[in-house]
Amino acid sequence: MQTYNIFSLARNALTGHQNWQKAWRSPPLKDQYDVVVIGAGGHGLSTAYYLAKEFGITNVAVLDRGWLGGGNIARNTLTIRSNYMRDESIPFYVKSVAMYEGLTKELNFNMMHSKRTMVDVVQTYPKMRELRRRQLTMDIYGSTYEQISTEELRRRIPALTGGGPDARLPVIGGMVHTDAGVNRHDAVAWGYARGADALGVEIHQQTAVKSILRGTDGAIQGVETNRGTVRAKKVVVAVSGHTTTLTETAGLKLPLRTMNLTAFVSEPVKPLVDVIVNCPDSGFYFSQSDKGEMVIGGAPDMGQSFRRDIKQHVFEDTVTAMLSLFPAFKKLKLMRQWGGHLDIAHDASPIMSKTDVGGLFVTAGWWGGYKAIPAGGLTLAHLVAKDQPHPLMASFTLGRFKHLDFVLESGTTTAR
Amino acid sequence: MPSNRLPTGGRINRNQPVRFKFNGKSYEGFEGDTLASALIANGVSITARSFKYHRPRGIVGHGVEEPATLVELAGANASGNVPATTVSLHEGLSARSVNCWPSASLDLGATNQLISKFIPAGFYYKTFKWPNWHWYEPSIRKAAGLAAAPTHPPASGHFEARHAHADILIAGAGPAGLMAALIAGRSGARVFLVDEGTEAGGSLLNRALLIEGRPAMEWVADAVAELAQMDNVTHLQDSTVWAYREHNLLMVNERSPQNPSVIERSWRVRAGQVICATGAIERMLVFANNDRPGVMMASSAQAYVNRYAALPGKQAVVFTNNNSAYAAAADMHAAGVEIKAIIDSRKTIPKDALACVSGIKIHAGHVVQTTKGHRSVRGVVVAPIDGGRRFTVSCDLLAQSGGWNPAVHLFSQSRGTVRYDETLASFVPDQPAQRTHSAGAANGDITLDSALSSGAKAALAALNETGEMHQTANVPTGQDTPYGITPLWQVDAKGTKSKAFLDIQNDVSVDDVHLALREGYDNIEHVKRYTTGGMGIDQGKTGNINIIGVVAQQKDLPLQDVGATTFRAPYTPVSFGAIGGIREDSVLFPYRHTPITAWNHDQGAFMYEAGARWRRPGYFPRPSESFQETVNRECRAVRESVGVYDGSPLGTFELKGRDTGKFLDFIYTNVMSSLKPGQGRYGLMLSDDGLIIDDGVTLRLDDHRWLLSTSTGHADAINQHMEKLLQTEFPDWEVMITTVTSQWNNATVCGPNARKTVEALGTDIDLSPDNFPFMSFREGTVAGLAARIVRVSFTGELSYEINVAPRDMLTLWERIMKAGKPHGILPVGSEASHVLRVEKGFLSLGHEVDGTADAYDLNMGWIMSKKKPDYLGKRSVELRRRGTAVRRELVGLVPDDPNHQIPEGAPLTPGGKKQKTEGLTTACVWSVMNDRWVALALLENGHSRHGETAHVRLKDGVIPAKITAPVFHDPDGILLRS
Amino acid sequence: MMLIHCPFCGKRSESEFIYGGPVGADRPNPDAVSDAQWVEYLTVTPNPLGPVQEKWWHARGCGEWLTIWRDTRTHDIVEAPENAQ
Repeated sequence: MQTYNIFSLARNALTGHQNWQKAWRSPPLKDQYDVVVIGAGGHGLSTAYYLAKEFGITNVAVLDRGWLGGGNIARNTLTIRSNYMRDESIPFYVKSVAMYEGLTKELNFNMMHSKRTMVDVVQTYPKMRELRRRQLTMDIYGSTYEQISTEELRRRIPALTGGGPDARLPVIGGMVHTDAGVNRHDAVAWGYARGADALGVEIHQQTAVKSILRGTDGAIQGVETNRGTVRAKKVVVAVSGHTTTLTETAGLKLPLRTMNLTAFVSEPVKPLVDVIVNCPDSGFYFSQSDKGEMVIGGAPDMGQSFRRDIKQHVFEDTVTAMLSLFPAFKKLKLMRQWGGHLDIAHDASPIMSKTDVGGLFVTAGWWGGYKAIPAGGLTLAHLVAKDQPHPLMASFTLGRFKHLDFVLESGTTTAR
Repeated sequence: MPSNRLPTGGRINRNQPVRFKFNGKSYEGFEGDTLASALIANGVSITARSFKYHRPRGIVGHGVEEPATLVELAGANASGNVPATTVSLHEGLSARSVNCWPSASLDLGATNQLISKFIPAGFYYKTFKWPNWHWYEPSIRKAAGLAAAPTHPPASGHFEARHAHADILIAGAGPAGLMAALIAGRSGARVFLVDEGTEAGGSLLNRALLIEGRPAMEWVADAVAELAQMDNVTHLQDSTVWAYREHNLLMVNERSPQNPSVIERSWRVRAGQVICATGAIERMLVFANNDRPGVMMASSAQAYVNRYAALPGKQAVVFTNNNSAYAAAADMHAAGVEIKAIIDSRKTIPKDALACVSGIKIHAGHVVQTTKGHRSVRGVVVAPIDGGRRFTVSCDLLAQSGGWNPAVHLFSQSRGTVRYDETLASFVPDQPAQRTHSAGAANGDITLDSALSSGAKAALAALNETGEMHQTANVPTGQDTPYGITPLWQVDAKGTKSKAFLDIQNDVSVDDVHLALREGYDNIEHVKRYTTGGMGIDQGKTGNINIIGVVAQQKDLPLQDVGATTFRAPYTPVSFGAIGGIREDSVLFPYRHTPITAWNHDQGAFMYEAGARWRRPGYFPRPSESFQETVNRECRAVRESVGVYDGSPLGTFELKGRDTGKFLDFIYTNVMSSLKPGQGRYGLMLSDDGLIIDDGVTLRLDDHRWLLSTSTGHADAINQHMEKLLQTEFPDWEVMITTVTSQWNNATVCGPNARKTVEALGTDIDLSPDNFPFMSFREGTVAGLAARIVRVSFTGELSYEINVAPRDMLTLWERIMKAGKPHGILPVGSEASHVLRVEKGFLSLGHEVDGTADAYDLNMGWIMSKKKPDYLGKRSVELRRRGTAVRRELVGLVPDDPNHQIPEGAPLTPGGKKQKTEGLTTACVWSVMNDRWVALALLENGHSRHGETAHVRLKDGVIPAKITAPVFHDPDGILLRS
Repeated sequence: MMLIHCPFCGKRSESEFIYGGPVGADRPNPDAVSDAQWVEYLTVTPNPLGPVQEKWWHARGCGEWLTIWRDTRTHDIVEAPENAQ
């Protein structure tokens, strides 16, 4: 793999940037692999990378019906955090946050990782109690969450001029999660793709899986694609939103529903807000990107949806809530908005699991799965390679539904 | 008179001069000018600096497509990143270029140009990694971002929102849109006509065309006048259809409403049919230094001379690959601009085009390779397209046209598909996804005649679909040069090292796209993201298709296969103020309160949001009292004498009908149907997957009437739950539900002196415990008011919940305070209520009931009926308890040190070690009865561990605590039954 | 924001309604099914890429629960497929 640094950049500048290698190859599609990963998104690519890097499984094809990194990794709001409530969740996200911090070096690709801290703006006592409740369990796993006063909150977020004592929902204080950060989402996909490719993994774009093939013994045989049959004894489904569409072709039913979640950005402006601002009582969160745009997210839409779109009333509620806390944003302009679909499990926690179909693995139900990409890939690679769940994800298999042992994180922050 | 203003002509009001400031200097323009036209008239050539390289930039366009000159407006309604071409000039306007320091003409950031070859597309990804990104980020953040961030809301005025319903919404009041509006309006249909310009006419404003032999703007004026006479037509100018949502919902941003106190107005228009007559946008040609000030779109140069009587140059070269620039050349020529040459990349030029420009030198089959000059264009280097001798033509204006892109943005937002049209060399609407029609240039009908007739056709089609059958309409004839184009995606840049820009706003050049492709970022979305092309505020209105063209050329693919990038809302940026409209947080989060709110305030209660949008008193502090002292005082009143709290927010539902008992037996885990009239029973409600969703007391009023109460926070959800079951699962069951939460208010008198207090109020109800036992209710008169008294207890004390009509609540409350005075009665807030219920181990949703615990875990196995064959959650709880998961069970915790408070949420771990938890503190209160902190916790196998020591893990310490039964006061429940 | 047809109130904006989930299988007799069948009934709901029948509540209107067929790809409200029950 060609090294990226200031020297290689300078060297290439002198030759008019004609000699950069391709970030990934476009090899011919073989008819057999050890592992086929469906979905060249964050989770699919990182899984393939760690399969090769940590488990020496390099005869891997990542197939995508569109372009690599074109799913939710192209549509999220960049937030990486580990402020969860439960033992099942916290260590996994702590691991993922730590892996993100080392990812630029790991992949020799600048992720522009910025540990800019998440600050919760709290407006009701029940919410404060609910947030504070997770503080000490997080501490056991090395994740930080501290309460701050309203004065400190306003000092950290000078743009927070609303929510005064006479407001409908006055600001009563905040919580600070210093582990949280953001990074460049496209870079995650590209970095993992480049890294996996260098280790021998093949990435095949515009390769749509039509169905999952099972043998007479019921076990996985491979997949049928628009470019022909590809055989593999192990198939990983990493296609947020479309999981059930694919697994149903293998006769497998999963407790998942597909939902639409939207985000929007403002016009770029000079630096105003340094931290990730999360307003759980008002139902929105945002951070300012390095380009100057406010990247804003809100509540999901009602109803199942595969249409990446905006519900005007949901959007207006988010904007109204934002303006009550940040009235100066009335003059800020909306520049772009978009939707993305994700699947959500019956208990709203992720599923990373073997299935009843031998050789078929799924990673799904990631609601806010961007932050889980590095650890998600590592743990899924472990599961695929060793046929045993990684300890960090042991509670998230499909087996939990057998006795209805849900993992209930009670989606308490808005920031997904 | 400024130097570049024509003595006559234009649609400016020369009687109304306007003074304005740009980058600190004063200028003068006229009413009717835009900031851009006024700057051109004043001869200001450098108006901006580019985003990445800080190259000098001028004015390129004349409308929303402007990629280069973005300004910040000062003053009351200041905003940033506004194209100078869309700013109407008004007296006192003050604007400055964004993103340059100290000024556009001298920008120190321009040093970036010197290192430009070290910062190609994607350079960020390859560098700034050592030692880490945090080193570089602050300075990079500062450099980004264009305009300054707003720091204050608008000083005065407000935003507004309106709803509208239309049979036909027409986006665009150019020739096609006006034609469609006339036909639709004459038919009587409800028409909503929206146009982004300050005046109707669209492209006709900028061009010197004839309709029926008369100047086209006369036809426009007639049309506007006719529409104004129609009551069924709403016509908005300076308004943008910025989003096309599902089910034909369109969002309109009206920027200059008649009412001066309305800053902007937002319209939500639900339309039967939509006609997109949004015109077309001229695209750039791609050649070296095509960003130099003085390089302008041909149609824009035409607009400046025709509409604004402003000369963007004195000596112009026109560079084109299509016919439309010939009319522009002719108009400029007529206005006195010397046209030095027309450079046309086509080898054969249609006669129609030539007919416009007799006497002008034309170089067919030639291209402009680069522009010369430093701070603005001094000349262009021209060469034959197939190679050959280069020559220079001096000029101070290069008017260029790469062809026309139908503005399919709205159509695409509506989910309509687009296809590449070879003849037009552009993407045009293909299959609509909603009831959408396209007309005029937006439909690829570029010329005036075709625009008028396609506008008419779209109107007729829309009317036919609304059920009005119209077969024909009179369409006037227009005269226009036929359109013809041979696409030219880029001029072969060999021989020049200078950048040829594809996206002027984001400084994306052909080299950048080539680099992206070389590195494997070869999908159009990758190219866009890697180079940031088309990701600017203009969303690539002038340049996107050129990026697609360059990719197509490089990959040797048809443009159709490269694919258009997705158009996303908004079409042009919209202020969040307009989107939020007039609504504020108090509308978004309306609050609920009870009739004694004013009384609470008068008593100095600390009021707060207590779930489900209720504002309730948290506690009633007295001067110089600490929070804990207040709560203790209120608790002590209840435990030792008497207190009263307002329980009105509890969800209350009246259920009526033959099958109510059966229904209640299905939704509660215990048997309700066996209740006798006059009795009440506490119940637990589960979802069918066995999670606790609510608890509360149900009363049987008579044989067929029941009164069910829910927790405050879950009232709405339980109403939904019950209605859903009845309407979708059991439609033949006779149960009617009425929400009566706000029909009944209650004051709950509790404490050992509760009975005495109620007696003192005066009542005809026999309060003796034998005749009015716990868990029953009586109706009668209390303090002269019609009332229902219920004997329930959420505090563990003798309690009377006195329910009255809301109009009587304040009276009741005041009389209770008076009657209880001899006993030292105190009002009790939510905080003390919480302490009292924890002392009793009564569960609370959100505390102990956090989704994981079931009735058995909560010591309430008795409430899970064994008799009933089926009820919601029964099977699931059984199934879950057969599993191997270790149960966390409700226990009491008594810290070894009585003064040691356990933080709520604090985990319990084996031995207090920092490791996986075995439990969680769900609540901890100072118990006035025990004079110490006591807590409730969910602990693994907690029921069998009473008497053992548990360890609460803090950050830097451990609290040892004895595990007890989860009750700290009156364990046998004698008091509440007394 | 869709337009949903309420049988009593006519076409109304989606914001007046509360979503009630897809129409799944009928609730089985809990005593007549296996554990696995019970779990599937509870947790697996239809999630088609295409028309789905779903429940909506006209909560901010007349209070009627109603069902519609909606295409999850387009959000168009469609006729019930022919093979639907």
